[in-house]
Order: sequence, then C-alpha cells, then structure tokens
Amino acid sequence: MEVLKAHKINKYFYEPEKFQVLRDIDLTVNQGEFLSLVGKSGCGKSTLMYVLSTMDTDYEGELEIAGERLTGKNQNELAGFRNKHIGFVFQFHYLLPEFTVLQNVMIPALKRGDKAHKEIEEMAYEKLRILGVQDQARKRSSKLSGGQQQRVAVARALINDPDIIMGDEPTGNLDTYNSNLVFDIFNELTHTYKQTIIAVTHDEEFARKSDRIVEMSDGRVVK
Amino acid sequence: MDIKTFKLSIEIAKVHLFSKPKQTIVAMLGVTFGIGMFIALVSLMTGLNKFTEEIAMTSSPDIHISHDVTETGKSIIEGLNPKGINLVYHQKPKSETAKIRNANQIIEIIRRDTRVSGVAPMLSSQVFYNYGPMQLPGNILGVEILEEDKLFGLRAKMKQGRIEDLLSNHDGIIMGSGLARKLNAKNSDRVVITTPQGFTRTLKIVGIFQMGIGVVDNVRSYANISMVQTILQQDQSYITDINMKLKNLHLARVVAPEFQAKFGNKSEDWETANATFLTGVIIRNIITYAVSFTLLVVAGFGIYNILNMTIYNKMKDIAILKAMGFAGGDVKNIFMIQSLVIGFVGSCAGLIIGFLLSYMISIAPFNGGDVVSLEHFPVNFDPKYYVIGIVFGVATTSLAGYMPSRKAAKIDPIEILRGQ
Repeated sequence: MEVLKAHKINKYFYEPEKFQVLRDIDLTVNQGEFLSLVGKSGCGKSTLMYVLSTMDTDYEGELEIAGERLTGKNQNELAGFRNKHIGFVFQFHYLLPEFTVLQNVMIPALKRGDKAHKEIEEMAYEKLRILGVQDQARKRSSKLSGGQQQRVAVARALINDPDIIMGDEPTGNLDTYNSNLVFDIFNELTHTYKQTIIAVTHDEEFARKSDRIVEMSDGRVVK
Repeated sequence: MDIKTFKLSIEIAKVHLFSKPKQTIVAMLGVTFGIGMFIALVSLMTGLNKFTEEIAMTSSPDIHISHDVTETGKSIIEGLNPKGINLVYHQKPKSETAKIRNANQIIEIIRRDTRVSGVAPMLSSQVFYNYGPMQLPGNILGVEILEEDKLFGLRAKMKQGRIEDLLSNHDGIIMGSGLARKLNAKNSDRVVITTPQGFTRTLKIVGIFQMGIGVVDNVRSYANISMVQTILQQDQSYITDINMKLKNLHLARVVAPEFQAKFGNKSEDWETANATFLTGVIIRNIITYAVSFTLLVVAGFGIYNILNMTIYNKMKDIAILKAMGFAGGDVKNIFMIQSLVIGFVGSCAGLIIGFLLSYMISIAPFNGGDVVSLEHFPVNFDPKYYVIGIVFGVATTSLAGYMPSRKAAKIDPIEILRGQ
C-alpha cells in the first residue's frame, strides 16, 4: 500500500541566484518501508525531505500522503495534518527543556486533542517503555544524556501513531552505541509495527542496513 | 480556535513563566511600578483638581451679572466724526453708580429661563471694619440669605450661629472666620463699619462662616440687602450684582454672553472668573498623563525586550512545535498569554501599590496656611482611575507582547531545524 506519493517535484532556490535544487522527482513509498535517503552534501536530499514533510510548501509538483493530496493546502491545514500523520526525529533531539520527558512525549497528542489526558499519559508511558526510557519519565528532559534524549524524541514522534516517521540525520549526533540502538528501534518499528520511515542520512552503515536506499545527486534521484 | 489547543498553549505559557521566575518578576515589576505611580499621581492630582474646582464653585456663581463702571464708553468725538481717525488720551469713565437698572425685572426674566436653577440679587460694597483705632478694609455683601444659601450652600459653611438669625436681625451680619479672628470678635459681638462715603453704623454679629479660602474668609461679611442699601444711602431698587446657578454648569460659557447681550450688563461665567485656578487644573492633568504615559511606555519596552529575548532563546522550541503540528496562531497564543499574564498580574499589583501610596499621601499632614484651610493633601479615591489603570496596563503589555508574538508565529521552522 502506498503511503507517500510524490510526482514531478521541482524546487528552486532564489538566493543568491536562481538555482534548481530538485528536478522532476518521482517517489513512492509503501507502508512498512524503511527508506534511507542518501547523497552528497548539497544534492537536495534534506530539501526533498522537508518538501515531503509538508513544512516546505514552495515547490512545483504533486504530493500525496495517506491518500490525501497536500499540494495547495495552507500552512494551518498542513500543521494539523503533520500533527496526525507525520512524526519527526531530527539530528538534535529538540525536546522542550523546561518540560518533563513525559510531558514532551504527550504534547503532540494533547495538541491533537482527541483523547483524554489520562489515556494520553498511558500511551506516552507505553512509547517510553518501547524505547527503554520509561524510568526517566518524570525527569526534566534537559537532565537526560544525548542518547536518552534522542530515544525520547523517537517516542514523541510515535505518540500519534503517524503514517510516516521522517528523520533528518536521526543518528548524526550519536555515538556508535546509541546509533545502533536508534537503528534497531527503527528496524523493529518497521518490521513489527509496519511503521513507515524515511530517513535522510550520511551514515553509510545505517543506510546499508535499511530496506531501501534512494540516492540523490544534483537534485535528481539516481538510484 | 479549538479549546484543547488553547489549554495546551496556556500550559506551555505557564511553564515558560515559571521556569524563569526572576525574569517574569522583573517584567511584572516594570508594569507594577508604572501603574502604581499612575494611580498615586492621578489620585493626588485629581484630588487637588476637585478641591480647587469646589473652591471655585463656592467662591463664584455659575454666572455673575454686574454693572461694570470702569468700562469706558464711546467718546463724544467718535460720535461726531465716526469715519475719521480719533485719538482720545486718558479717557476717564463718567460718574456712574454701580447699580443694575431694572434689576428686579431682570431677575424675573432670568428666573423663568429653563436653564437656570436659581438666581439671587446681591449688593456689594467696600467697607472698613473698625477695630479700636484701626480700620480693616473688607467688603460687605447684601443678600437674601435663603436664596444665597440655595446658590452657595452657605448653611454648611456656618461655624457659629444659623443663617436664619440674619432674617430676624435687621442689623445683623454673618462674618468670615478670618475677619472675625482679626477683629478679635465673637458671635453676638458688635462691630462698627464705615463706608467709603463716610457713613458709619454699628452691626451685630449673628454668625461666623468659613469657606476655606483666605481671600473670602478674611474680608467678607453677609448682611441683609436692605441694611446695605441703608448704609450706602441708596433706595430699595439699588442692586449691584445678580448671581445665578445653572442646571448644567458647563453651559455657563454659552449662556453668559447671551445674557450680556440681552441685558447690557457685564455677564461673566465661572470659568472666566476662575481662569487662574482652572489653568492649574489643565496643567496638572497634562503632567499626570504625560508622566504616567512615560512610565507605562518604559514598562512596555521592558516587556517587549524580555519577550523578544525569550522568543530568541526559544527559536528551536518554536520550530519543533510547528513541525509537530502547532499552527502560527497557536505559537502566537503561547507568547501573548505570557505577556497578558505579566500585564494583568503586574497591573493588579500596581493598583494595590498605587492605593497604598495614595492612602499614605492622604494621611500625610499638610498645612494650607492662610490661603486655604487644609490639613491633609486632598486625594481622590475614585474607582474610575483604577479601572483606567488596569485597562491601560493590560493594553500596553498586550501591545508590547503582540509584536514579538507575531514574529514567533512567523518563524520558518525549516530554517532552524536544518540550519544546524
């Protein structure tokens, strides 16, 4: 089943001069696929991911996620869509430092607002348990180690059971131990829970172990 | 706007405020100080204004009609040679009495005017009060005492005696407290007065009044009109002044010129008569609002600054919130709520501080001296100014918070998330 469909995506940068960064990109991602997006610096892989993530709306072409056409929707509609359908894991954890681990994981579900507070709390505990950091739940997120924080960020990405998790260098700032840990979690999510993951990465080993590699060069998909 | 997201915004705003308590308190103190000083200033200034206005109202009628004998008329030569260039040096007024012609008819006409709530004739004269060999200059007002009371509330100003005592004593006078003190005279003492024309008469003090203004209490006495007519050796139609109160005192400026044109006598409204007093009122109002506005603008800049810094420090948080599905408006709410809380709590504390300050001012001893009888500063505790204060405080802070909040709402998450 197709979760994401991108058709003839073109994008330009206008500063400092007009430059085509994405050229006629066609991409289809199926449910349960663990996809690595690789390529040299400046090839446009991050730019593509931000277009696919709906945060970047300045492109030409068609984008469809979970059967919904997203091209042409306004920022507020897209924000609501991201909340329900997309989870994010970045190179840095981006947890809110003043909140506890549990609160950080709960915020996207609270924003979605279709479940009771108690129920959301139980869900958050469950996600933290999957990531092996449930014993840190009541701590301030800023008190955790880098590896733990990234795992909390993954738990947060999972809280609304998104159709896709998008990662921008999700292991880029982690040591080998934690890199492997995050990879194993992603791997388990795709194979056990049929979670779709698209991750931009520089890490060759990470890419090699994933289900599918999409390589980009000069704004085109080459492989 | 959906309620759950709004609640979540409140929750996040709360955590932001409590996670940096020092910064929050400093921002609040800015507002507190501004509003507190505004309340204290405005209470004192409006208290003073009210006090001076009351003095102006007790010492002068809404409209005062008199015959101005010092005004020089047209000279004869101007009548003979109306188109020519006529120069008359040092023209002196004619010998005229200060009498208002047909005073009783004028009073009748004015009484029928629907804008007028009360009118009374008056007869005033310079006199000397004899105190042993000394002669103290002053004046005596011949009045219909009950009418006068309706206009000026004389009854409430009586220190000794009753105003009705004047009706039963043809040769009685009610004397100003300052004048009585200077003459060393008590109630029911006798006092000898001399008119500028040399007529002397002994009168009996039947009451003492105190208006609270030196220029009145130190020189004035009230007597019956007929008595003053007698000592001036004038007939019963001799009236020099007509005083009136209007239903709406702000109409005085309009009605006065109308009466002047109608009756041909000088007709002066209370605002013109008390121009010096009322200039003070305007100046005090300008100072109050200028200083308060400055204080609040400074407090507003403080909030603007702190929120700007907060937002700068929270760029990453804002970016991730937007990635996770917060719309621009939700992010704006988070920061607007913070500035509104700072503004509201700061203003409330300001009202309390302002009230305490104005209470302390109101009990601080202040001697008005001979000019006005005052023991404490007059302070106005009108709740209106507290409402203005809080509205002003919250409005300034929300304005100061709006600009940074809008900036936060417009942050592009991609720039921050991929910039690293």
